[in-house]
Amino acid sequence: MTNTRKRDRGPKSYTRLTHPLVRDEKGGPLRPASWDEALERAAAGFRAARGAFGMFSCARATNEMNYVAQKFARVVMGTNDVDSCNRTCHAPSVAGLSAVFGSGGGTSSYEEIEHTDVIVMWGSNARFAHPIFFQHVLKGIRNGARMYAVDPRRTSTAEWAEGWLGLDVGTDIPLAHAIGREIIHEGLYNRAFVERATSGFEEYRALVEPWTLTAASKVTGVPAAAIRELAHAFARAERAQLCWTLGITEHHNGTDNVRALINLALLTGHVGRYGSGVQPLRGQNNVQGGGDMGAIPNRLPGFQDILDAEVREKFESFWGVDIQPRYGRTLTEMFEAMESGELRAVYCIGENPAQSEADSGQAMERLAMLDCLVVQDIFLTRTAEFADVVLPATAAWCETEGTTTNSERRVQRVRRAVLPPGEAREDIDIICELARRLGHEEWKYADSETVWNELRALSPDHWGMTYDRLEEHQGIQWPCPDLERLEPSFLHGRLWERDPHLLGRRAPFGIVRHDPPVDLTDEEYPIRLTTGRRLDSYNTGVQSGSFASPLRRGEFVELCPEDAERYGVAVGQRVRVTSRRGSVVAPVWVDPALRPGLAFMTMHFPDEVDTNQLTIEANCPIAGTAEFKASAIRIERVAGVADDGSALR
Amino acid sequence: MTTVPLAPPRRLLEFTLDDTPVRVPEGATILDACRAAGKDVPTLCHGDTLTPKNACRVCVVEVEGARTLAPACSRLAEPGMVVRTDTERTRHSRKVVLELLASSVDLSTTPRAAEWIKGYGAEPDRFGPEARRLGEEPRVDNDLYVRDYDKCILCYKCVDACGDQWQNSFAISVTGRGFDARIAVEHDGPLTESACVYCGNCIEVCPTGALSFKREFDMRADGSWDEEAQTETTTVCAYCGVGCNLTLHVQDNEIVKVTSPHDNPVTHGNLCIKGRFGFQHVQNRV
Ligand code: SF4
Ligand code: SF4
Ligand code: FES
Repeated sequence: MTNTRKRDRGPKSYTRLTHPLVRDEKGGPLRPASWDEALERAAAGFRAARGAFGMFSCARATNEMNYVAQKFARVVMGTNDVDSCNRTCHAPSVAGLSAVFGSGGGTSSYEEIEHTDVIVMWGSNARFAHPIFFQHVLKGIRNGARMYAVDPRRTSTAEWAEGWLGLDVGTDIPLAHAIGREIIHEGLYNRAFVERATSGFEEYRALVEPWTLTAASKVTGVPAAAIRELAHAFARAERAQLCWTLGITEHHNGTDNVRALINLALLTGHVGRYGSGVQPLRGQNNVQGGGDMGAIPNRLPGFQDILDAEVREKFESFWGVDIQPRYGRTLTEMFEAMESGELRAVYCIGENPAQSEADSGQAMERLAMLDCLVVQDIFLTRTAEFADVVLPATAAWCETEGTTTNSERRVQRVRRAVLPPGEAREDIDIICELARRLGHEEWKYADSETVWNELRALSPDHWGMTYDRLEEHQGIQWPCPDLERLEPSFLHGRLWERDPHLLGRRAPFGIVRHDPPVDLTDEEYPIRLTTGRRLDSYNTGVQSGSFASPLRRGEFVELCPEDAERYGVAVGQRVRVTSRRGSVVAPVWVDPALRPGLAFMTMHFPDEVDTNQLTIEANCPIAGTAEFKASAIRIERVAGVADDGSALR
Repeated sequence: MTTVPLAPPRRLLEFTLDDTPVRVPEGATILDACRAAGKDVPTLCHGDTLTPKNACRVCVVEVEGARTLAPACSRLAEPGMVVRTDTERTRHSRKVVLELLASSVDLSTTPRAAEWIKGYGAEPDRFGPEARRLGEEPRVDNDLYVRDYDKCILCYKCVDACGDQWQNSFAISVTGRGFDARIAVEHDGPLTESACVYCGNCIEVCPTGALSFKREFDMRADGSWDEEAQTETTTVCAYCGVGCNLTLHVQDNEIVKVTSPHDNPVTHGNLCIKGRFGFQHVQNRV
C-alpha cells in the first residue's frame, strides 16, 4: 500500500471528538448517537463477549484512570487481559528491572545525574527525545562528569559525549559483555559488592569470557580501544549512571538487552547509592504510572504480583470479587487472540494500535475481526475508525484532575485548566457508567482524589502520597510508605547493607546471550533500517502535528552521504523503500550522522509515509515488545514520480 | 548504611536591613533577604534560575562603609553588615538607571516599569524624546516567536538561558559593542536559519517582552490580550516521560501561553518545544 496523499508542510490536525458515535453494521458508517445509546451498545457488546474481553489502557492518561480501567477489567469483566502501549516501548525495562531488583522503576533521580562522575547514554538520543532530562545531563557534564554515548547513529546526544561507540544495530549484548569481561579481567569489578549483594557471578564470568575486545569489536563494529575506554571509565568512576531508552528495548530480545546493561551496574556496584544507578527513560508521560497502577496483565495496583496469594486476598476482600490467579494476555497476545477468535471484544482507551503497532497492516486486519470494538479517545484516530462505538473523552493532562508518574518515579498532580469540548466526558465517569450498566451499581467516585485514596489504601508504596503532600512537595517519588517521612531519591540502598536480613534478596546477574536481529540483511535487503524520534514530533503525530513547528519537515528516509551517492539519490528525491513486509515511497534526506548501510526513519507521519508497513512484528518473548529498531530494507529509485507522488496512484 | 548526602543544614547569619536585624541562610543574597522581609526592590536583569550578571543596576542598595552602591541581586549577605535599601543615594541611582533605560528602550511591556518610573520620579524625556531607540520593526520570521529589539535592555538573560546555563543551544549571542551592542542569532539572520530549537526558554527569562510568544504578540496587537482575565494552572506535560510541570495560562477557555515554575525540581523553569507549544491539539474543537 502506497500513500499518495499530497505532502503538506502545514500542521496536520485532528479535530476533537465532541459527541459519541456508533456504527449500525460492520463496514457501515459511524453516525452520531446519544450517550445513552452509545453506552448501551458498548455494554451490550461487552456483556456478549464475557470471557473474551480485553482492555487497552492508556499510558497517557492519569494514574487514577489507569487504576479504574484495570479494576473494570478485573472486577467487572473478570479478566487480567489488560495492558497498555508501554508494550511497544518500555516493558523490557520493567521486566528486566523487576527480575533483578524486584521493582520495575529506574533506580535514581534526575538530580543525581548532576552529581555523578560518568554518564553512559545507551541507545538513547535524550537530547531530542527527553530534552529536559538532558539538561540535567548537561549540568552533570558541566560539573565535570564524562559522558559516553552508545548508539548506531552519531546523534545530537553523542555530540556532547567524550566518546561515541557507534555499534551495529542489535549488537548491544556483545558490547555489554565485552565491557563486563574487560572489567573482570582488569580486576576492576567491585568484589565486595558482587560477593555480598549479587548472585550468579561465576556463571556471568563464564558467559562473557568469549567476548574479548577483538571478538566484540568484530561483531559490534566498535573499535576495541573505545570499548576498553568505556569499561575502564565506568568501572573506575566513584559514581556512575547508566541510562537507556528505546534503542535498548525495541528489540526482539529487549529484556535480555536490559539485563545485559544491568549486569554492568551490578559488577561495578553502580546502583543503590546517591549518584550511582540505572535509569530507563520513559517514552510517554505516564508509562511508569500505568504499570504502577496495575494496567498490565501480571501486576495488581502498586506493582504487586498477581501470583502472590496474599496480595490477591487483599484485593479480593477489598473489591469483593475473585481474581484469577494467573497472568493475563499482553497487548501482543491479545492481538494474536483476536485472530484465533479467543478475544472478541476490546475496550480501547486513548490508544492508537492501528498505527503504533509494528506491522500496522496486520494490526488493522485483526481489529476488524472483533465483534465489538469500543474506542474512547479525544480524536477519531485510525483505530477509532474501526470501532463499533466511539466515546469522546477529555484530554487527561489539561481537562481532568489526577496524577501521573514520571521516569524518576515522581508522582505529580495533573490539573484541569480548560473545559472539554461538546459532550466529551472524563474517562473515569465513562468507565463507571459502563460498570453500572454491567451490574455494578456501586461504581461511583466523587472525584479523582477518592480514586487515589482507594489506591493508596491498597498500595503500600503510595500510601504516604496524599494530594496535599503531592502539592506541597511538587510531587513525591515512590516508594512513599510513610505519611511524614520522605525516602531517599534512589532505590535499593538495601544492597549495601551488611546484615543479610536487611540486604534481602540478592540481585542476580542476567545470563543472556547475543541474538542478532530477526530481520537479517542480505543481498536483496542490504540496508539496516532503524527508527526513532525527532525533537518536535511525537509518536504517530496525533498530538504533535497540530502546532506550527518551524522545525518540522515531514517524513524522509535518511541515508549517509556515501549511500546516497552509491544509490545515486539526492535530498528530496523520492525513493521506494521495501522490506520483506511492505513498501513505501519516501523522499531522501542525507545525514552525515549515519554510517554506510544504516538508514533512519520515524513514525511521526503515518498518513504521509507509513513506516510501520516496513517494521517487523518480531516480539520479545518476555515483554512482548516489537523489534522496531531493526528491519532490513532496500532502496530503489523510482522513475517518473512527481514530488507529491501523484504518478503512483 | 545510608549514602544519602544529607546537605548540612545551612547556617544562618545575621545582619541589619533598614535598621532591623534579619537572619538569612549562608549564601543568600541581599535581594533574598529583602524579599524574605517583604521589601520591594526593583530588578530587571536578575533571574531566579540564572547566575547574576549585574547588567542593569536597578537593584542597588547602600552598604555601610562601602564607597559604591551594591547590586542587591548578586551581593551576598555577610554577618554584621548594615544595609539600607531606601536612601537618597539608592533612589537617585535607580532613578537615573530608569531614565537611561526608558529613554533608549521601549519599556511598554516590561512588568512594573511604569510604576517604578513614576515612583522614583524618573523623567526619561530629559535626554530628548526616545533618544537612542533602534527604531526597528519587530521581527516575525516564524510562527512561534517574535523578537522586538526596540524593547531589549541587553540584560543577557536570554543568552545565558540559551547558552551554557541551561539550553546549551547557543543560538543567540551579543554582537557589536557599546551603543551598537545587540542580541542576535548567527549572521543576524532569521531565527529559522539559526541553531534555535524553539524551547522558549529565552522568552521565559526575558524581563521586557523583547522576546515574546507569537500568540501573545498577536493578541496584544489586536487588543485581546487580557492578563487580568487569565487563569494559571500547573499540570504535567502530555508528551515524553520526563514529566515537566507546565503552567497553562488560559483566557476564555483557550491556552494562550505555557510557562513552568522556576522552582520545579524537574524543569527549573525550562521546557522543550513540545511542552511549550504542543498544546494546540486539545483545542482543535472544530
Ligand atoms: S532579548 Fe530580553 S532577555 Fe535578551 S538581552 Fe534583551 S531584554 Fe534581556
Ligand atoms: S516539556 Fe519536553 S522534556 Fe518535558 S515532558 Fe514535555 S516533551 Fe518531555
Ligand atoms: S537586577 Fe541587580 S543588577 Fe540588574
